Amino acid sequence: MRDVIVIGSGIIGSNIARELSKYDLKITIVDKENDVCKGASKANSAIVHGGHDPESNTLVAKLNVEGNEMFEELCKDLSVPFKRNGALVVGFNDDDKKTLNELLNRSIKNGVKGARIINSEEVYKKEPNLTAGIVSALFVPSSGIVGVYELTIALCENAIVNGVQFKNNFCVKEINKDGDVFTVESENGDKIKSKIVINASGIEGQKTSELICEEEFDIKGYKGEYYLLDKENLVTSTIFKCPSKHGKGVLITPTVHGNIIVGPNNNFVENGEDRTVSKDGLEDISKKALETVDKLDFRNNIRNFAGVRAKVGTNEFIIGENKKIESFYNVVGIASPGLTASPAISNMVREWVVEKMGCKIKKDFINKREQTYFHELSIEEKNELIEKDKSYGQIVCRCEGITEGEILESIRRPLGAVTIEGVKRRCRAGAGRCQGGFCQTRVLELLKNEKGLSSKEVVLDNNGSNILV
Amino acid sequence: MTYDLIVIGGGPAGLASGLSAFEEGVNKVLIIERDVEVGGILNQCIHNGFGLHTFKEELTGPEYAQKYIDMIKETDIEIKLNTMVMKIDDEKNVHILNSEDGYKVIKGRSIILAMGCRERTRGAISIPGSRPAGVLTAGTAQKYVNMLGEKVGNKALILGSGDIGLIMARRLSLEGTEVLGVVELMEHSNGLTRNIVQCLDDYDIPLYLSHTVTNIIGDNRLEKVIISKVDENKKPIEGTEKEFDVDTLLLSVGLIPENDLINDMDIDFDNRTKGVVVNESMETSVEGIFSCGNALHVHDLVDFVSTEAKEAGRSVAKYLGVDKKEVGKKEIILKNGVGLTYTVPQKINVDKVEKIVGVMFRVNKIYENVKIVIESNGKKIKEYNRDHMLPAEMEKIILTKDMLEQCNEEIEIKVTDMEV
Amino acid sequence: MEKVICTVCPKGCHMKVEIEEKKVEGNSCKRGEIYGLAEVVTPIRVITSTIDIKGGQFKKIPVKTLEAVEKGLNFKIIEEMKKIKVKSPIKCGTVVIENILGTGVDVVVTRDM
Repeated sequence: MRDVIVIGSGIIGSNIARELSKYDLKITIVDKENDVCKGASKANSAIVHGGHDPESNTLVAKLNVEGNEMFEELCKDLSVPFKRNGALVVGFNDDDKKTLNELLNRSIKNGVKGARIINSEEVYKKEPNLTAGIVSALFVPSSGIVGVYELTIALCENAIVNGVQFKNNFCVKEINKDGDVFTVESENGDKIKSKIVINASGIEGQKTSELICEEEFDIKGYKGEYYLLDKENLVTSTIFKCPSKHGKGVLITPTVHGNIIVGPNNNFVENGEDRTVSKDGLEDISKKALETVDKLDFRNNIRNFAGVRAKVGTNEFIIGENKKIESFYNVVGIASPGLTASPAISNMVREWVVEKMGCKIKKDFINKREQTYFHELSIEEKNELIEKDKSYGQIVCRCEGITEGEILESIRRPLGAVTIEGVKRRCRAGAGRCQGGFCQTRVLELLKNEKGLSSKEVVLDNNGSNILV
Repeated sequence: MTYDLIVIGGGPAGLASGLSAFEEGVNKVLIIERDVEVGGILNQCIHNGFGLHTFKEELTGPEYAQKYIDMIKETDIEIKLNTMVMKIDDEKNVHILNSEDGYKVIKGRSIILAMGCRERTRGAISIPGSRPAGVLTAGTAQKYVNMLGEKVGNKALILGSGDIGLIMARRLSLEGTEVLGVVELMEHSNGLTRNIVQCLDDYDIPLYLSHTVTNIIGDNRLEKVIISKVDENKKPIEGTEKEFDVDTLLLSVGLIPENDLINDMDIDFDNRTKGVVVNESMETSVEGIFSCGNALHVHDLVDFVSTEAKEAGRSVAKYLGVDKKEVGKKEIILKNGVGLTYTVPQKINVDKVEKIVGVMFRVNKIYENVKIVIESNGKKIKEYNRDHMLPAEMEKIILTKDMLEQCNEEIEIKVTDMEV
Repeated sequence: MEKVICTVCPKGCHMKVEIEEKKVEGNSCKRGEIYGLAEVVTPIRVITSTIDIKGGQFKKIPVKTLEAVEKGLNFKIIEEMKKIKVKSPIKCGTVVIENILGTGVDVVVTRDM
């Protein structure tokens, strides 16, 4: 019998599980996939939004700004890359200027710190590679970028270290409540009982909730497609185009690893698992991106991807206890700025759970998590490490400079990688310009040996995505 | 630790340039290789067809590499395997990393950049669709099959009819993977004719010219690939889709010189070749740093790499041997005229030329019965007739010292029609 | 008359072969002539593949038929090659199958390992 079951190990579920693991609670987090972070959390802009965008006086605005402020400490504790690189919303004409002023006012109301309008001169001083013709911009210094799957994985891993049980390949088929006890059953027939259920199942959110009762909300999937370009010092801030009657435009941002992300568009999809990219979608994105950064060279593209955001019609998040079923909490419809809001959301949920369970904070909670980022070490530190473990002297992924030691670490950690993409999301082997062309054979070998698999059993990503036959 | 020459890369270019420098009298030579053995990609190119120019016999890739390995064994050339070069600093210090030395800084009086090239990926051409397993570059597949003894799939389609794509079509067929076709964007194949015959015709594999992949379908492992015919602008034509039930798609969509190492260096780079700018001596804009092989520009045949690398090795010997002050600085820039996409070298120091200098270049489209014209200062220096030129085939012309002395600071090389 | 594309070297000459008169046109060298005639009567190819190796740096070592063999034998030859396993160390050029399928041609490994 568990105290809490969290369904879904995306950024929301992982944040909640980690937050609750600070208390003397028996927690299980389940995911239908073979690893954490396989839905919207792995395929988004990885932006920690300042909070200039949400309508004022909404929960979304509040959680956005609160969440934003929590990122430094969270990422530092968990060894996750994070940078407050600032954002610019750039305007090209008088109409845009008006809109920017409205956004500034909204920022002030939302409590966004340091937001101000800057003139054209200051814009180009900050970002010399922007397209000519920008008249002014809203500068949001608190906007940041984060390693989003590193964060999700780190949160879940830290939760596990603090006693949370993780079950992968657990696709919830049935949820029943008998008295005060929930029974959550998987498609494989595994059953877990608990006192509280937290539904953080992203795009599946409505389906999961409706396993126990009818819902009034309506979650729809909106696909966003992206380009991921090779490393280049083209922009340092996150660049948004001022929204206008022609739409919102796309963003161009550096990633914490120095690549450039361009996207997303926003198209309704029937199938929430539809992460395909389309020729038309990509063409549209590249065209729009060039409006703000005309020096972008799409020949430097190294990967296209798409993610499906779960949205409810109201533009609000659905966070709270189910009105009909006590102790069943929905944390769903968390579209942008969900990543930014996620630590604040988990605080909200924690307050409810603590009150309901009357639980106590643990004395032995481990809040820190270490990870080796070899290339960031000094020469002395590198040599010390190699002295101790020779595998750190062997570069396997040449594009990203990732050592064998880091790959082994990513496989051997709690919640270690079980797939080629899992290794990539944990330590970046294969994330570079050759996309694993050179190192995939070696990573496969390491996974195979560490996990005692045959070559044919090693998968790229999902179950069934075997690389060899 | 100081070396007279540090060669970065132990593939065909690195081996041939290091060997040539040593033979020309350079004493302390170090070749740094990141892989577990030298020979580079030749080791996985188990097919024959190499060496007709260099050794006057037809060899397989491993045999070609073995010849150089055997020659190097007879020398005092030092080789460091499993070693990554992390950076080259302004003092020509080479920062290396391996398990034995750790992170170590070694000094080179001269350096040859011979890092080879890498394959373009799916991302570079933004193929739409899902991202399942079973989509991989031809070279990665070649490594799985030829070095690791693995099977990459049961039914395959290949995008790109360059030589690697063609060779892999045959190789997969022989290893029991059914190859349903090779798809080529252009209206002609980029591969050698003999590979079309030996690798496709022999195995009844259809070649779809003027086609490209327009969709990749499959959630986990690849299930289907859709190809479409393209128009004269290489845009897919709606309604021409063909569907293939395959679990494997190999990409052979071009090679790019691998020069990540020089990103932080102050060294002239040529965006056309994606390699560094060199002069007649294969020397870069940084004195004492040379480049050759596929890191400099992508070659059609390894034999040409060896020839170029040998030249780079000789130049290093000259560089280390002579008093540099005596050499004049009359520099000629080679300008790409109509029809040329690039030249290597990009510049020539006339005073350093002994008798002749070979200039390699590529053209931008298919040409029949044309002339290559060499001009300087509006004056025609020389012209050569060509029946047939293809973008996929590297061209070479020889400029003599006499010719160069008639030129001012710029030479234009261009393609013109035959005069009637 | 048959059209043959020469595969002797990367040049790939387009040749016309008149088999009764043993006449070849369009070739650039003597080797092309020989190839052209052979291609019409019995096409031949050098077959390359890999075989298992024990104790080597890799699981497979490359091999080739020392001479070109009848092209129709390719799959059978690959089958024969799959049957054998060699031990490291082995030198480049070592014969691993003599007179494969009675062709009179030996199979050799094409590298040291």
